[in-house]
Amino acid sequence: MALLDRTARGLFLWELVKGMALTFSYMFKPRVTLNYPYERGPTSPRFRGEHALRRYPNGEERCIACKLCEAICPALAITIEAEPREDGSRRTTRYDIDMTKCIYCGLCQEACPVDAIVEGPNLEFATETREELYYNKDKLLANGDRWEAQIAANLAADAPYR
Amino acid sequence: MPKLTIDGVEIEVAPGTSVLQACEQLGIEVPRFCYHERLSVPANCRMCLVEVERMPKPAASCALPVGEGMVVKTNTPNVHKARKGVMEFLLINHPLDCPICDQGGECDLQDQAVSYGYDRSRFEENKRTVSDKYMGPLIKTFMTRCIQCTRCIRFVDEIAGVPALGGLARGEHLEITPALEAGVNSEMSGNLVDVCPVGALTSKPYSFNARPWELRKTESIDVMDAVGSNIRIDARGGEVLRVLPRLNEDVNEEWISDKTRYAIDGLKRQRLDRPYVRGADGKLKPATWVEAFAAIKAKVAGVDGSKIAGVAGDLVDVESTVALKDLLNALGSQNLDCRQDGASFDASNRAGYIFNSGIAGIENADVVLLIGTNPRWEAPLVNSRIRKTYLTGKLKKVAVVGQNIDLTYPTEWLGNAGSVLTDLANGTHAFAETLRNAKNPLIILGAGALRRGDGPAVQAAVRKLAETVGAVREDWNGFNVLHLAAGRVGALDAGFLPGPGGRDLGGILSGAQKGEIEVVYLLGADEIEADRFGNAFVIYQGHHGDRGAHRADVILPGAAYTEKNATYVNTEGRVQQARLAAFPLGEAREDWKILRALSAELGQTLPYDTLAQLRQRMVALNPVFGVLDRLVPSAWGPFGTEGAVADAHFTSPVENFYMTDPISRASQTMADCTEAFLKPALAAAAAE
Repeated sequence: MALLDRTARGLFLWELVKGMALTFSYMFKPRVTLNYPYERGPTSPRFRGEHALRRYPNGEERCIACKLCEAICPALAITIEAEPREDGSRRTTRYDIDMTKCIYCGLCQEACPVDAIVEGPNLEFATETREELYYNKDKLLANGDRWEAQIAANLAADAPYR
Repeated sequence: MPKLTIDGVEIEVAPGTSVLQACEQLGIEVPRFCYHERLSVPANCRMCLVEVERMPKPAASCALPVGEGMVVKTNTPNVHKARKGVMEFLLINHPLDCPICDQGGECDLQDQAVSYGYDRSRFEENKRTVSDKYMGPLIKTFMTRCIQCTRCIRFVDEIAGVPALGGLARGEHLEITPALEAGVNSEMSGNLVDVCPVGALTSKPYSFNARPWELRKTESIDVMDAVGSNIRIDARGGEVLRVLPRLNEDVNEEWISDKTRYAIDGLKRQRLDRPYVRGADGKLKPATWVEAFAAIKAKVAGVDGSKIAGVAGDLVDVESTVALKDLLNALGSQNLDCRQDGASFDASNRAGYIFNSGIAGIENADVVLLIGTNPRWEAPLVNSRIRKTYLTGKLKKVAVVGQNIDLTYPTEWLGNAGSVLTDLANGTHAFAETLRNAKNPLIILGAGALRRGDGPAVQAAVRKLAETVGAVREDWNGFNVLHLAAGRVGALDAGFLPGPGGRDLGGILSGAQKGEIEVVYLLGADEIEADRFGNAFVIYQGHHGDRGAHRADVILPGAAYTEKNATYVNTEGRVQQARLAAFPLGEAREDWKILRALSAELGQTLPYDTLAQLRQRMVALNPVFGVLDRLVPSAWGPFGTEGAVADAHFTSPVENFYMTDPISRASQTMADCTEAFLKPALAAAAAE
């Protein structure tokens, strides 16, 4: 009897029918792939992407050159130089991040007492040359201006858990 | 000797010791803010509370003298609670702006808040704010951070001797205020930054520049005056960012002068970073080392040794003076002089040109006589040592022959004419009797007194005075010469002086005018007027484009004191080694290496290739260079030339404390100080 059963399954390509049935069943299920880059999946508010330097709503840069991010950076990717600005406030004259060194651990944003340096939601910053990945202060501030709305929303979303 | 028990350990201490000091002797840490070893004890911060058995409340250990049988506990729940409470009170009005505070990372309050405080605040009311005060171009104030420990007030009153700060109002409203908003006009004011336990007083030129954890710390020696203060040089990359004092009880205790601390920005300006050769059109042109050496060789090759001369400057190290001396001697020249200020004195006996009693020895003196010196400007740390001795009451009298100026302690002015010294030496002056009756009389002979042309006679007169009043004994030597230049004693010890038949500075300059000296090698010598070299070919080796480089025909860029491993001898004759904190700028090289390379070019190769070999040569030349950091007493013997002391006035050669050498002349901070502190004084003097 077992022989007959096995022969019949073999003869009628039952395994194949079963497989194709599974395949065709997906035609009626919702799609899981995304048409990247026109579509993209959700990211966590805690996502650690490209760095940005934020400003206050009045346009004043937040960074006060305390150098805590520079001190905590395990990859030594951050370089800061500071001096008193004309109005006497403490500000950086240089804020460089070597993105080729960065390991995206997020310790810099944890260390920042004024939420100035953040790792934003952007992950699409691949470049053709390494030089483009040596970010300076202008680039980081421009990132901040560009992503501010989303960064602020992410920080607000994560605030209750801090 | 009272015996007490601290945390179960018995200890016997000297009577009068405070409980806090006794704890320190046992290695028990007691937090404190207002207490400072070298200042008086106000006991107003209350951080050092400890529990003492049979005392109803915790006691401030800094102000509690030990008693026989005391039982002290520093580690009980009660003590911890008391300290936490005090810390909470201190932090009530402290702004907690550590991220923007320059003291962050090296702040007593920050450290102790972590160790002894609560981790959060219960204070919800408004904090007090205090307006910032102007304290001159050196000290930046942020008075809201002040915790009213009053260390700064006590420092200026007691150590600096300039009552420039005071407290206004009481309690929470107490504000540290400079008198008349005129800044702290003291040569020691920079120490306020170190004394302040919080970030209320910080260094203005260094403000926001760096964090302590980024700095590379090098222990070195200062060259701004002849005291040879022990310093720590903090550098980042190739840049020297600040200078801090290092503890050395025998030299500078834990203070340094403002020039030592703040003149370092001069190391970034006016620097020589490549060789230069004067072209046919009379203009200096950048050159390579090969071209510079070739230009020197072309000139020196045909010149007789007796027509070559060398002058060593104020900031030169012993290594390069010895190398230059060996090179010039090999070329057949005996025309060497290290006294570029034109001083003349007898250097045959070491005791005749050093500070024999040692700077710490001032504390044993009971009568001090200052001759032709203004220690306040020439060596602020010697002056503060005299003031310290005066404050203990041990020093009964200080007399001055020379300018009558405020030295921060009471002085008796004997006059400024040379005849006063003659009278003193002959014993006909009334003050000679005072010196004779003193137990440990101390005489400080300034560098200015030796510059007048009759130096050997002045030296002999002071020697006679010292011998007749009993200032030179088996156990005490009160004959002291206070030099101005950090390199001077080292060069004298190395024998950088006219050899047999050689010319001294006067001879070199007049020879240059007459054409008898054709080549002059200036090793960092900048204090000589440019027009005094006649038509001589001048080679300048140094680190700043100052007077010497201005006149030079060939410039060889050397290293400043922060940029080389070098030996310096201070005015006491103490041999100390400075260490490299940053590399020499551009193409500049360590000075002895330049001389070694040049010697090979000139066919007189010096017999040392490494610093160790050169140091062996130094020790062979004079064994004193072999004894580091320690004073070797020099044997007393005759020196000076008996003769008439001219009646001219004794004056101090320092006209501007803030600008005495190429480094401080190039410093912007020192220029600001001159503007802020000296200009008003000059204007006031002119108005009178």
